Amino acid sequence: MKANKDAIHLDTSGFTPNLPRRHRVGKLWLVIFRFATVVGLIALATLLLNVMNSAFGYVAVENKVDPDTLAVNGVELDDLPKAELVRILQENVSAGLFRRLENDEPFAERSRLDVYNLVLERVVEPRVVQQWSLQDSLFRRAQIEAEVAANYPKAELEFKSWLDKYFILNPQSARAERAGVRTAILGSLWTVGIAIVFAFPIGVGGAIYLEEYAADNAINRVIRTNINNLAGVPSIIYGILGLAIFVRALEPLTSGTLLGLADPTTANGRTILSAGLTLGLLILPMIIINAQEAIRAVPSSLRQASYGLGATRWQTVWHHVLPNAMPGVLTGAIFAISRAMGETAPLVVIGASTFINVDPNGPFAKFTTLPIQIYQWTSRPQDVFRNIAAAAIVVLVLLLLSLNASAVILRNRFSRRLD
Amino acid sequence: MVSQVNTRPYANETLTHRAALRRRPKISETLIQGFLFLCGALSILVTVGIVYELGKESLLFFTRQQWEETNRTLVEPMDAAQTTFKMTETGMGFGIGDTIRLRREATEVIDIRGDVVTVERAHQNTTAEAHTVGVEIELSRQVTLAEFFTKTEWNPQIGKYGIWALVNATLMTSFTAIIVALPLGLCVAIYLSEYASTRVRSTLKPLLEVLAAVPTVVYGYFALTFMTPLLRAIFGVNTVEIYNTASAGIVIGVLILPLVSSMAEDALSAVPQSLRQAAYSLGATRLETAVKVVVPAALSGIAAAFIVAISRAIGETMVVAIAAGAGPAFTFNPFKAAETMTGHIVRISGGDLSYDSMDYNSIFAIGLMLFFMTLGLNILSQRIVKRFREEYE
Repeated sequence: MKANKDAIHLDTSGFTPNLPRRHRVGKLWLVIFRFATVVGLIALATLLLNVMNSAFGYVAVENKVDPDTLAVNGVELDDLPKAELVRILQENVSAGLFRRLENDEPFAERSRLDVYNLVLERVVEPRVVQQWSLQDSLFRRAQIEAEVAANYPKAELEFKSWLDKYFILNPQSARAERAGVRTAILGSLWTVGIAIVFAFPIGVGGAIYLEEYAADNAINRVIRTNINNLAGVPSIIYGILGLAIFVRALEPLTSGTLLGLADPTTANGRTILSAGLTLGLLILPMIIINAQEAIRAVPSSLRQASYGLGATRWQTVWHHVLPNAMPGVLTGAIFAISRAMGETAPLVVIGASTFINVDPNGPFAKFTTLPIQIYQWTSRPQDVFRNIAAAAIVVLVLLLLSLNASAVILRNRFSRRLD
Repeated sequence: MVSQVNTRPYANETLTHRAALRRRPKISETLIQGFLFLCGALSILVTVGIVYELGKESLLFFTRQQWEETNRTLVEPMDAAQTTFKMTETGMGFGIGDTIRLRREATEVIDIRGDVVTVERAHQNTTAEAHTVGVEIELSRQVTLAEFFTKTEWNPQIGKYGIWALVNATLMTSFTAIIVALPLGLCVAIYLSEYASTRVRSTLKPLLEVLAAVPTVVYGYFALTFMTPLLRAIFGVNTVEIYNTASAGIVIGVLILPLVSSMAEDALSAVPQSLRQAAYSLGATRLETAVKVVVPAALSGIAAAFIVAISRAIGETMVVAIAAGAGPAFTFNPFKAAETMTGHIVRISGGDLSYDSMDYNSIFAIGLMLFFMTLGLNILSQRIVKRFREEYE
């Protein structure tokens, strides 16, 4: 034992003095590696905090009529039923205006939200004169109060969540205070819906072909390489392709004139259908690649058992391979949906509308989507639009996170079924 | 016993119906296979469509007639029948055979003597008309490939189409992004693969995936409302413009960080454990094992990750459209506004773009350039993986 120890000591004589330094260097680099990871996490945290910082905070609001005076029997304006709101409107606006509103659309047919918005717009007329970030609102409250008292004596300071019920339910508006994302959410759902209906069957079909049918010949190798390359093409190129093909070349189809369904307000084929098909092409490679992986993971013993019982190739695929690959295929599809939902650039190129305040009524309508709305609000010079852009980001990110979470849960739930 | 009773009759049947059980061509199977093939082949159609459409419109871009100001004007009035005119002496020159335009009328130059020009009137379906003194002379020209690839000014209003103004901005933002993302991404990958415990890794990886799932327009918002004010606070409001390539580039770096780290980590994790154990047994420290053994063994995968990330940075659109600036500028100052290729496409297609215009054609020409740049990088990364991958048993 002792001899052994000596031997080691002898062997490492030129080695030991070096060791502390090597360990120090190792420790130093560990710190650097950790730091890099932390930087990534800090970036994520800053990103989210930055959005939150603008989505909530104090605002100074000047009302023409104090909403508290409009409360009936202690019920706040927010909670009043439609009949009361109509009464308030009638009492506070001129008879002529009331008749005109009635002529535009009878009050009996208007929704409560619509009437509520009219009350705000015509009676209360709130105007945000200044807004503060969440950070300032939390730590500089006294200063803000002093500022408001000095600069806007008529204004009322209130804590505003830019993301509220009305932000989700209201359509787009030129006034940031009343703007909402309903049209944008509906537009997003329409376009992404069309994209997935178009791309899912084709993508899964392509994946089945490549994994189950394709022989290893030149054309199939070209298809495989090509799909990988398509996955790396920038999304804006798909936008240009969609502009040339769906918007311009296939205009009769995408604007609905071929089917006699054209929306009179929709010009030039810049419709939901064009946008959906473009997004469909964009997510196609992604769906194919994910479905291929899922199909590849199905053990070949299942196929052989099926063939052994005399099933044809398609019967094997349809009854055995696909059901087992489905969780993986669906997970991939959900990731693709969330990718499509966050895409902005191709839709700008396709020609998303800059301002729509009516709900899209079908595939041939003009469209706007959540990311487009965020882009437009961010690009405006007025600060107040940054706040609603932040609120829209919160909506979008929550939507995407729940989509991705469901995909991850799906993956974890089924991932070990076949082991 | 039961099974014997059951199988015997089938065995007899097999003998009698052998012919019936022979493999027959099934129409439905063939149809299905054909349909599935079409699904797969659609991707080729998409690629062909991209190349065809981009190519077709780019061709129009290089052949469409443009009118360029010569800074010369008529010095004598000219009636509809006259074929010679006198022009001012200074300005841009043109030669015999060139097409020039006087107001709406196109004419072809057949002779020039000093400042007296002889022309053939009413070319290109225009009608000859009388012109007064001071009418501008415009020269017909097309965008040449040489001009497109060598000039550094992009200004469609005055007919300047030098792609380098846009490419330079793209390279500026991408370069900044790479400086941020590649070292950080590699460090994160080494940490996750070589140091982190399974528990830490399983918490950190999904968090980084969240970063990858955030839409790019949100990063654009982040660049404009956080990174730009930060840069302005550090370097001074006078040095840093509101729109600048540095802010966009840094944020793109954050955006591609998860891509780099997860691809590089996959490559590092694929290196077999035996290599690490061999290194440890020779007395290497953890760092030496990671840097001198594992990283070189995974080098092809890491290089592929880097190249894919670069291609992604070049094609990134929304961050630059929001934060980098709205106007082409050829500058190497990262704190100045400059419009990238993608940013330019988004800006000019954002308005109502008419199909028959130079702007419309130009987005296809820029798109084609972008397509080849990213495609080239992607193919390169696939080649590297294929060629240099170390296969371990």
